[in-house]
Amino acid sequence: MPSGPLAVRFLVVTAVVARDLRRSFRTTQGRLKRTRQDVEAVRGVSFTIEPGETFGLLGPNGAGKTTTIKMLITLLLPTSGSASVLGHDVVTDVREVRRRIGYVFGGDRGLYDRLSGLDNLRYFAELYGVDPREQRQRIGTLLELVGMTGREGERVEGYSRGMRQRLHIARGLLHDPEVVFLDEPSIGIDPVGARELRATIASLKDQGKTVLLTTHYMFEADELCDRIAVIRAGEIVAEGTPDQLKRGVPSGRVLEVETYGVPEAVVAGMSELSAVRSVGVEDRGQLQVLVLQCDADSEVTQQVLARLGDVRVGRVAAREPTLEDAYVQLVTG
Amino acid sequence: MTVDRVSARLRQLWLCYRLQLKILLISPFEGFLGIVFPLMFATATLMVYRVNGDQAAMAYAGLGAAVMGVWTSVTVSASTLLNRERWAGTLELLVAAPTPFSMVLIPITTAMATVGLVSVVVTLVWNRLVFGVRLEVESWPLFALGVLAATVTIAMFGFLLSVVAVRYRTAWALGASLEYPGWLLCGFVVPIALLPVVLHPISYALAPTWAVEAMRSAASGESPWGELGICLALGSAYAVLAAYLGVRLIDSARRNATLALT
Repeated sequence: MPSGPLAVRFLVVTAVVARDLRRSFRTTQGRLKRTRQDVEAVRGVSFTIEPGETFGLLGPNGAGKTTTIKMLITLLLPTSGSASVLGHDVVTDVREVRRRIGYVFGGDRGLYDRLSGLDNLRYFAELYGVDPREQRQRIGTLLELVGMTGREGERVEGYSRGMRQRLHIARGLLHDPEVVFLDEPSIGIDPVGARELRATIASLKDQGKTVLLTTHYMFEADELCDRIAVIRAGEIVAEGTPDQLKRGVPSGRVLEVETYGVPEAVVAGMSELSAVRSVGVEDRGQLQVLVLQCDADSEVTQQVLARLGDVRVGRVAAREPTLEDAYVQLVTG
Repeated sequence: MTVDRVSARLRQLWLCYRLQLKILLISPFEGFLGIVFPLMFATATLMVYRVNGDQAAMAYAGLGAAVMGVWTSVTVSASTLLNRERWAGTLELLVAAPTPFSMVLIPITTAMATVGLVSVVVTLVWNRLVFGVRLEVESWPLFALGVLAATVTIAMFGFLLSVVAVRYRTAWALGASLEYPGWLLCGFVVPIALLPVVLHPISYALAPTWAVEAMRSAASGESPWGELGICLALGSAYAVLAAYLGVRLIDSARRNATLALT
């Protein structure tokens, strides 16, 4: 076991530490007879993020991702538990935490629509304590980084969602924070914009920034994150590298079969096959794609086709489990 | 605090003030309303007073009606503007900034008071042109000082209100409910002596009461320094109280999750 000084040193170098974080919200119902209820949004979340690491926090809506982030960035007080950023406690050392973090969230909000992109950046640069002598250069560099040079003089109300999101990123990086929290930054952005955004996030890693990213897009998490934690109903249910999570899928192989008008009874019958762990159906227009989670090294294709009988079949493909397969199993399991 | 830090803070206050003023003025519709509403209030007031044909009473009401615009502009706007920040998602970013929140709020409320100050001048001109109310001022510098004191102290009152608006999502209603009572309590259009005695302590605790008195004293050639002193002392007390409450109410907002809509 490390001695005291070594333990302290460990705390100082770890970028983010969350220890048994909990957060409850009180809700009220009724008008005349008001009943109060405590809802536990985060129930004992613990994880650490090392400097320079990109850490993903994945989970369905309402799982507690944003609540966890808001506790880490000092906007919410934890009900219990503790957390620190670069060794500074998020409850007692608020100012020091705020100096060192950047926060970017997805969607249209969080900017002054009536001001230009440049004025938005100047405003937040002042509030985030960027040295006046460095502001002009810093803003120029960030506009270049997010690909907005030349558009900064226009009012934000005329920006597309992708431009707003890129401006958000620039705002979050104004004071050159060591740790960046990105809460669903790519939500609602078109594929080209999302790709550019991923490139920007990847460049943060190249700059040595520590990133905590929440997203609903599994390929995004797979591409960007060094480690991922999956949160469900306020609790972390799995944590590891993307490959570790994929290997954690109980079935070792996924068989996808395109069908046209497959009866429900036939789908239910598939689960009787001994090598099949689970069966799902994805509707894609006229197509129904059967997704069968199978045992590793099993060969069930012929048995599946036999069970389909007269049902018209399109493409049949076997693949390795993806992060999405792992995620779906974890959050629905 | 070093000279560098002081100049950096002053720069932050100035730049944030300029940009907040830009936000307020950039909408022609809101700018128009910010001027037209005070004119409507002044018109209604002076039409009531004109019935008696008392020029002294008209001059009294005309001066008070001019300051009503600042009061309305700040008390109503201070609480609604912070709620607007909450809706826009910027409130969380302002709170999450390392700058003390009071230093974020002061430029916002001062920008609102500036819009109110413009309405003072426009209302005085309106009173002169439409109702023939002549503003006879013995000491213009002291009168201008009174107008400035009114603006600054009302801005500080707005600062106090906006701190409450950060904590309570429904606090915008507080600002709206203070608009008309403030006109009466501060003696803008009716002398405080005419109010029930039980309300006098409230009137005297409101800095604009003293600011308007200072303006009237300066106009009539009396010394306004006593009123100005009390006015600035009360305005400073509002600022200190707002800064004190600010830290506690932000902590409370963090505890009760009221900074965002969700």
